[in-house]
Amino acid sequence: MSLRKTFATALRVLQQLSHDRRTLALIMVVPSFLLIILKYVYDGQPQVFNQVAPMILGIFPLTIMFIITSIATLRERSIGTLDRLMTYPISKLDFIFGYAIAFAILAFLQAVIATAVVLGLLGVTVMGGTIAVIIGVVASALLGTALGLFMSAFATSEFQAVQFMPAFILPQLLVCGLFVARDQMAPVLQWFADVMPLTYSVDAMKQVTMNATWTGELTKDLLIVGAYGAVALLLASLTIRRTE
Amino acid sequence: MTVVIRVKNVSVMFGDRFVALDDVSLELAAGQVIGLIGPSGAGKTTLIRAIVGRQKIAKGTIEVLGLPAGAAELRARMSYMTQENSIYPDLTVRQCLRYFATMYGVKRADMKQQICDLVDMVDMQPQTDQLISSLSGGQKQRVSLAAALIAKPELMVLDEPTVGLDPVLREQIWDLFRKLTKQGTSLIISSHVMDEAERCDSLVLVRDGKVLAQGTPAELRERTHTKSVEESFLKLVRSAA
Repeated sequence: MSLRKTFATALRVLQQLSHDRRTLALIMVVPSFLLIILKYVYDGQPQVFNQVAPMILGIFPLTIMFIITSIATLRERSIGTLDRLMTYPISKLDFIFGYAIAFAILAFLQAVIATAVVLGLLGVTVMGGTIAVIIGVVASALLGTALGLFMSAFATSEFQAVQFMPAFILPQLLVCGLFVARDQMAPVLQWFADVMPLTYSVDAMKQVTMNATWTGELTKDLLIVGAYGAVALLLASLTIRRTE
Repeated sequence: MTVVIRVKNVSVMFGDRFVALDDVSLELAAGQVIGLIGPSGAGKTTLIRAIVGRQKIAKGTIEVLGLPAGAAELRARMSYMTQENSIYPDLTVRQCLRYFATMYGVKRADMKQQICDLVDMVDMQPQTDQLISSLSGGQKQRVSLAAALIAKPELMVLDEPTVGLDPVLREQIWDLFRKLTKQGTSLIISSHVMDEAERCDSLVLVRDGKVLAQGTPAELRERTHTKSVEESFLKLVRSAA
């Protein structure tokens, strides 16, 4: 692996996006826009919004990063650039980590904007403080990037890649504890929730909302999210083959 | 003769049934433009992908520059241009070439000169800072070719490099190929256009995953008593049937 080649890949991905202003704008604006709508959905129940908003704050960036990353890597396969790069003197990790770094930077900006909107504009209060919220949001956005890199290997068309979101992310969303507390779900779904990464990123946001101090539970959640992300990145590099 | 590529009894299967390459054996000389010629679906791209190490082979061996195809040491000594343009439409020509050059291992200090030389070689100086998506088909093709020229590799493997180019451009590209072989570079190009074949130093005629014939254009014409490679190809196909 070479740092120079990894950063060159990250820079290249960002340069590509810099020529696509509309996509950049959507990345930065969409999560905040949705949260603003949600605020007025819960117009009559501000306390509920206060509980739900931080959790949603972790889910939107994950979902958006998942879709963008899987489409971006799928495109790289279909236009043949991955084909060319795989004959180059590079490590597959230069490619994977390059993507991860580029999207991490975007995820960070997105998280900062969305957090500012939720905590500032929408007046949501969290016990754990702004920094902890941003850490939680960036972690979940990174998880989305890693999962997107991995899942894109299983899509052979853009139509398939787009549908991985409802097929792969939505089930996790349904059981993560946002709609119904996890211990009230059917046991099978509880087990399912226990092994799914989104559960832990949502749980981390819940910890941040409810506790004024950094809890052991929060550390555990973030470690699990990080571990899932790391495993997904490694699996993603296995799905890219030198020889097909 | 120095051999740049040695293919021995190579077969490639797609799935369990379809035989994409059927017991192909070849010895290709260094410092030449070698044309893989045949209709689409003949197996040219499969052979090319096997040579650059991207295609798994079911049987046989391929040696490239004395090393097994796909060996890591080969990656900095050869280049591969795919049939699609395989460049980033949402980058400028300069950004794209700089990225590929960095990934190929060109040093920072040499980068400026390298990019200059590349756009010069494919005659794209005026478009250097244009977005690739705004270029014409032929211009994109030349950017893709420029990427294959990075750091002067010993062997260039180009899948249909001149398809869709106008005659003037094609002439320029062939001048470039000639210049490269004079400097000792070996080029493997594929084409389904027969008049392209006449310009190659040596030809491999491919059909249905098999090698029909191999030799210089003159040798092939002589052997089949025909006036063009196209006619000799047709004659060979008929006699094989």
